[in-house]
Amino acid sequence: MELFRNVSVDWLRLKWYFLGFSLIFSVAGVSSMAWHWHQIGTPVPLGVDFRGGTEVEVQFVNTPDIGVIRQAMDASGIKDARVQRYDETRPSLNAVLISLPEQHNETELETGQKQVLDALNGHYPNAIVPAGTKVDVVGPTVGHQLERQALLATLYSLAGMLVYLWFRFQLIYGVAAVVAVFHDTLITVGFFALLNKEISLTVIAAILTLIGYSMNDTIVVFDRIRENLRLSRRESLPDVVNRSINQTLSRTVLTSGLTFLTVLSLYIFGGQVLNGFSFALVVGILIGTYSSIAVAAPMLVAWQESRAGKGKTTVLPAARRSRG
Amino acid sequence: MNKNLNKKMALIIACLAVCVYGFVGFPSGFSGKALTDSITKRIHLGLDLRGGAHLILQVVVSEAIGAETDDAIGRVQQDLKTANLTYTQVYKPDPVNHPEVIRVEGTAPAGTSAVRSTLDDKFSNQYDLGGGGADNTWTLTMKPSVETALEQKTVDQAIETITDRVNSLGVSEPVVSPYGLGKNEILVELPGISDLEQVKSIIQSTARLEVHAVVGGPFKDEQEALAGSNGALPPDEMLLHGSGNLATGSDSDAVFVLKRVPVVAGSDFRSADPGTDQNGRSAVHFTLTNEAGDKFYDYTSKNVGQSMAVVMENRVKEVANIQNPIRDTGEIVGSFSPTELDVLSKMLRTGALPASLNPIEDRTVGASLGADSIREGVTAAVVGVLVVMAFMLFYYRGSGINADLALFLNLVILLGFMGYTNSVLTLPGIAGVILTIGMGVDSNVLIFERIREEVRSGKAPAAAIDQGFAHAWTTIFDTHVTTIVSAAILFLFGSGPVKGFAVTLTFGLAANLFTAVYVSRVIFEWHLGRLKPGEAISI
Repeated sequence: MELFRNVSVDWLRLKWYFLGFSLIFSVAGVSSMAWHWHQIGTPVPLGVDFRGGTEVEVQFVNTPDIGVIRQAMDASGIKDARVQRYDETRPSLNAVLISLPEQHNETELETGQKQVLDALNGHYPNAIVPAGTKVDVVGPTVGHQLERQALLATLYSLAGMLVYLWFRFQLIYGVAAVVAVFHDTLITVGFFALLNKEISLTVIAAILTLIGYSMNDTIVVFDRIRENLRLSRRESLPDVVNRSINQTLSRTVLTSGLTFLTVLSLYIFGGQVLNGFSFALVVGILIGTYSSIAVAAPMLVAWQESRAGKGKTTVLPAARRSRG
Repeated sequence: MNKNLNKKMALIIACLAVCVYGFVGFPSGFSGKALTDSITKRIHLGLDLRGGAHLILQVVVSEAIGAETDDAIGRVQQDLKTANLTYTQVYKPDPVNHPEVIRVEGTAPAGTSAVRSTLDDKFSNQYDLGGGGADNTWTLTMKPSVETALEQKTVDQAIETITDRVNSLGVSEPVVSPYGLGKNEILVELPGISDLEQVKSIIQSTARLEVHAVVGGPFKDEQEALAGSNGALPPDEMLLHGSGNLATGSDSDAVFVLKRVPVVAGSDFRSADPGTDQNGRSAVHFTLTNEAGDKFYDYTSKNVGQSMAVVMENRVKEVANIQNPIRDTGEIVGSFSPTELDVLSKMLRTGALPASLNPIEDRTVGASLGADSIREGVTAAVVGVLVVMAFMLFYYRGSGINADLALFLNLVILLGFMGYTNSVLTLPGIAGVILTIGMGVDSNVLIFERIREEVRSGKAPAAAIDQGFAHAWTTIFDTHVTTIVSAAILFLFGSGPVKGFAVTLTFGLAANLFTAVYVSRVIFEWHLGRLKPGEAISI
């Protein structure tokens, strides 16, 4: 069985549509981030890992009543507690998530969780399942350290990949790939902002994976471009790019489709803990596949055209004749 | 050719066997339980999967520096006195923010050079000396290198002590290590512990038992205590309050004047066990180390009839009359509560913390939640793998078997790696496994699509396979190296879940280079050998 055979789509002709599509999502994401920045001071809602604070996840024997739990919190003098049902997909768990805002004082860090549990034990007539309790208390210092570290790790890994591509292909290939990956990250994070979903440490892991995937996709296309440029030196760059995309299209769709299926199974069966993670990948894989075709490859052509426009002798961005 | 192929197959089977042993070992039986036991002994589950407590503690290193400079102040006073030099005071101008700075004020102008040489002589190894101008004021600032070394020592010592204490609690497979993200932070992981309160009180207790010589007391209040020594204590003495009902029956807030330097303290105690004395009062039976026993014998034999005070957490717990010389065992009857006694005996067995600890992050996961996560993660992985495998068989027919075998072997090698390196499998780690599957499939798709292209252009099966692998290899190499580069960076700069993810992804990708390229190739070659002339390959 074969899905695509002898496809000949002129992808570059669609570049203005691609640009429009990317712009719409980027702008929507960025404006949503700006709105969040205005509201809560960070571009996206942050999970307890980064925000700091106390989160107590409690499982009850019977179906919990959010209203009564709120009253229990009030009765114990706990201020600003956010109470919500946890894991809507499985109401049988009877789980509730109670979050307290960030403690600015590290010494008071410990008291919050105890207060919450005492309040529940004292004022709420519904037994807690001890083995189903999860407590996260993160001090402001740790949160900011993690935030900084996650950001640095992402930037370093981008730089690492840029250097590798520069070494294996040419600088412009590396730049195009990194721009495409940045585009994917921006749109994926934009989705989190738009849907008001929290970014936690595992979501960061997902974003890093998506960077790897999108890079992977882009390299497959670039590799074909490099190979074709070497084989047929007379063909114009746009033709080579189009042909390369078409030749790899079957692989692109298959791999993305299959990876999408695994990630989808993660999203459906992976439970609440992996929810953010798999959501980021579900969005990321779609965008990542799109960007290798619609962002990275057209950038190579655009770069060459702008060089030609400036009257410089056109140099095809054919890669060094390295091994392979 | 055929002999060569047999060798390759032997290599693959050997690799498979080694990896299966890596994560299964030799199970005691073939029942499901024996197998699971054997596997969990090799592949450790992270706290998020098995339940437990995760703590990050910050060591308040300024306390250790403060203790060091306190000691130095005593020595400065002593040295200046010995050299017959006068001063008005030696103190720390900002003990909270700058515990490393000591100031000496009011030295005699005539003695400036003598002061300089005395301080230089005794302290220049560890302190930078400044001042000595017209205002007759000097500052001693601890050298940054000395400060860093002291901080490091404090953290190391804290880790050692916490490890001992955690072990005394009987927690299995605990982790106590430097955390690395921030300065002076310690990571403590306690699998299976869900009630942190008690554990924390034992880990964090700075309780330290000391025995001091009593100079005077009990006094009603500090003024009365000071009156005995003309309003100011000599530098080698200190004031301490009593706590609760001392066995001597004095007032609960009585004040004692004690010698500053303890006779025996902290690590001098080898053990201490709570018990009762012959009158039924709670008591601590203690044993001293040999060295401290000699010191204690020396002191008690010279001071028969004098008093000594037992001090814990800056409170006098007991004052006793020395009736006979004591060597290395004794009994302290004092104002200890039962929990204090319990904590104390644990503390004494494990030594004292060099500084107090602040918890800055604290997470616990209930055991059943972890079990839920495992079930969900594994379900997702199994469903994902099955869907992918079924699709490969459907889409690539005969060659789909290649891909599925390679994928299966990839998982086995990955698990084997994890077993050998004692890796910890966390939830993000499971996600890393799932993504490895994705990458594995990608390599197969790349190769197969390329082979199809070659077949389409009219090449014979052997040539098509050869060319297909050759062309796909460049791409596979580039994609894998790029991803491994980024995973390695994640491993270096990440922590916790990000790290676990990076580890499984890197192992998985490395294994995939072997299975998707080498193993799959060998299977193709084997298949080619059995192909009738003119027959096409099933792809």
